[in-house]
Amino acid sequence: MPPAPSSFVEPRRRMSVNGWTTLVVFLPPALVLFTLFVALPMTEAAWYGFYNWNGYGRPEKFVGLKNYQLLLGNAAFLRSLLNNGLIIVVSLVVQLPLALGVALMVAGRITGAAWFRMVFFLPYILADVAAGLIWRFMFDGAYGLPSLVTGALGFAPYYLLADKTWAFSAVLIVILWKYFGFHMMLYVAGLQGIDKSLLEAAEIDGAGPFQRFWRITLPLLGPMIRLSVFFSVVGALQLFDVIVPLTGGGPFETTNTMVSFLYYFGITRMRVGFGSAVGVALFVICVTFAFGYRRLFMRDD
Amino acid sequence: MNVRSLAFSAACLAALVAPAIADTHVTVLHVSENPAQRALWEQIAKDYNAAHKGVTVEMKYLENEAFKAKLPTMLQSDSRPDLFYSWAGGVMQAQAQAGFLKDITSEAAGFEQNLSPTAVDAFKVDGKVVGVPFELGEVVFYYNKKLFEKANVKAEDVKSWDDFLAAVKKLKAAGVTPLVVGAGEKWPMHFYYSYLVMRIGGEHALADAKAGKDGGFKNATFVEAGKRLRELAALDPFQPGYLQTTHAASAGMFGDGKAAMDLMGQWLLAMQAPNSASGKGLPEEDIGILSFPVVPDGKGKATDTLGGVNGWLVAKSAPPEAVDFLKFFSQEKYADEAAEKAAYIPAVKGAEAHFTDPLFKRLASDLAATTYHQNYFDQDLGPSVGRVINDVSVSVAAGEMTPQAAAAAIQDAADQQ
Repeated sequence: MPPAPSSFVEPRRRMSVNGWTTLVVFLPPALVLFTLFVALPMTEAAWYGFYNWNGYGRPEKFVGLKNYQLLLGNAAFLRSLLNNGLIIVVSLVVQLPLALGVALMVAGRITGAAWFRMVFFLPYILADVAAGLIWRFMFDGAYGLPSLVTGALGFAPYYLLADKTWAFSAVLIVILWKYFGFHMMLYVAGLQGIDKSLLEAAEIDGAGPFQRFWRITLPLLGPMIRLSVFFSVVGALQLFDVIVPLTGGGPFETTNTMVSFLYYFGITRMRVGFGSAVGVALFVICVTFAFGYRRLFMRDD
Repeated sequence: MNVRSLAFSAACLAALVAPAIADTHVTVLHVSENPAQRALWEQIAKDYNAAHKGVTVEMKYLENEAFKAKLPTMLQSDSRPDLFYSWAGGVMQAQAQAGFLKDITSEAAGFEQNLSPTAVDAFKVDGKVVGVPFELGEVVFYYNKKLFEKANVKAEDVKSWDDFLAAVKKLKAAGVTPLVVGAGEKWPMHFYYSYLVMRIGGEHALADAKAGKDGGFKNATFVEAGKRLRELAALDPFQPGYLQTTHAASAGMFGDGKAAMDLMGQWLLAMQAPNSASGKGLPEEDIGILSFPVVPDGKGKATDTLGGVNGWLVAKSAPPEAVDFLKFFSQEKYADEAAEKAAYIPAVKGAEAHFTDPLFKRLASDLAATTYHQNYFDQDLGPSVGRVINDVSVSVAAGEMTPQAAAAAIQDAADQQ
């Protein structure tokens, strides 16, 4: 094949008149929106983070890095960091295998597959706040789930949400219940995209069910798993609306996530400067993760 | 164009333009969810509008949390209300310092003598009047008469802290949960801590601590109050799982007769029935009122009261009609009506005589005869220190924090402001 004439390559490098028009017409609206609603508020938050400010008037008391120093010395914040970590661990170690397992069961053409999928997906559709409120009743020691056990065994009622050691496990249970259906759906979609002939070929070649799963299904699901991990981690970092109605961060600030910590310690306490510092810390963590993860794991997807 | 159509268009134009020129609009933003209170306020606004041509006063409601979150932004925008609901205290001071409030000292001089002096004082910043109070509240022990009878506890015998602890023990021995508290939301527990500080340190305790005298919040009064609170909590007087109970749920438990006492504001009377499992709650004749006991060797009196002071703040840009409306609002006849309907306890002098409801009458008389009225600590101190008081009250009661550490934590928060 003869080399392409240079005139064929040139237009790609230099933008044509047409391309410029498109740029001029379509870029400004997006750029303005991005600047107004993303870049500007973030810059403002970073700026407020250097002030001791209650949200009224203009920030005037410049305190430098004091807010960050207070943040790192705040036991409730460190606990919320740990909690975010726990959510991520449980999402990856418990939720993803569970979602994948259930997906394998309901992806096939078994009777009632659609119905099962719907049932498992339902909690995800429910509003987070509603889920938090429902589970608050479910965990109640006097008439909730624990009362069935303690009542049957004749023990004193157990109030999980009032127990500072275990209250956070209640949050983990709700998150697991609420979001595993979403990940299951991701895997179902992934499984349906796998070419059946590959599995058939493997079967003919004598591969057992485990080998078929390990050597064919799992590698082909790779992109979906990486996406699901990404959603889990970002979702865990941003978790807020389940916490507020379920535990309100208590008892003794043991069940906050970073975002609920920001809300309770920044906004409701009118410490906008301090809250902004929390926001900046959260932003740095999220961005580091998002870009790092994409570079390392999602390069090929 | 004939004459008729010209006249018609002119009339149309006039109809469009006239209200725009003549009308002064006064918006009043509030958070009240009390139907009787809202109905009365709507009525007052209607009466005012009828009596003042060209002025429209409009009552607007915003949910409590939304109100608190939105107000700082609203006050800096053009859609700010002219008059808005306030709990006085630290938030009001922040609003005044940021220059959002109008100094109405001279206008208020015409009618503030009709109002409760402590309530009027609550709405002064650096000696200047920035708002007008409409309501007072009192935190007391509401008790279940039947349960007291069952445990053979006589309310009139409970005068001192020791009497109170004895009553708690007696109730427990009789198999009755002595106290119900919505500690999941923390602030209900801070009523105990606040009252103990008031009873131990007297009327200057909080002001002195704020001013940083004698170690500020680390002084002996606050530490002692923490010790007393722990002394009570060590008797295990609260309902099981109290650390997770919400305020609404605790009101319901009181209504269901699951606990003998609830240290709460006057709104409990409206909340106990709808939140109870039975939906009926306790009949009013079964509910009694007990003042917070005095602490031996304390400087506070039994007649010192803790409770809310609510009022209207005036925004900087509010038209003169807004203040005129507040004068109209503060008339005795409306206060009397509020009292007759037991809608709320008006901050207008003499209103207590118009209550027919015995429980409200008792509260209103307490407030009229108060020797020192203290706004809620968490409102007085503002949200950043106030919420720390709420936090440590729960932690001290639960034995998670020593009284000394709690006092130091409050001082820390005050230092960070």
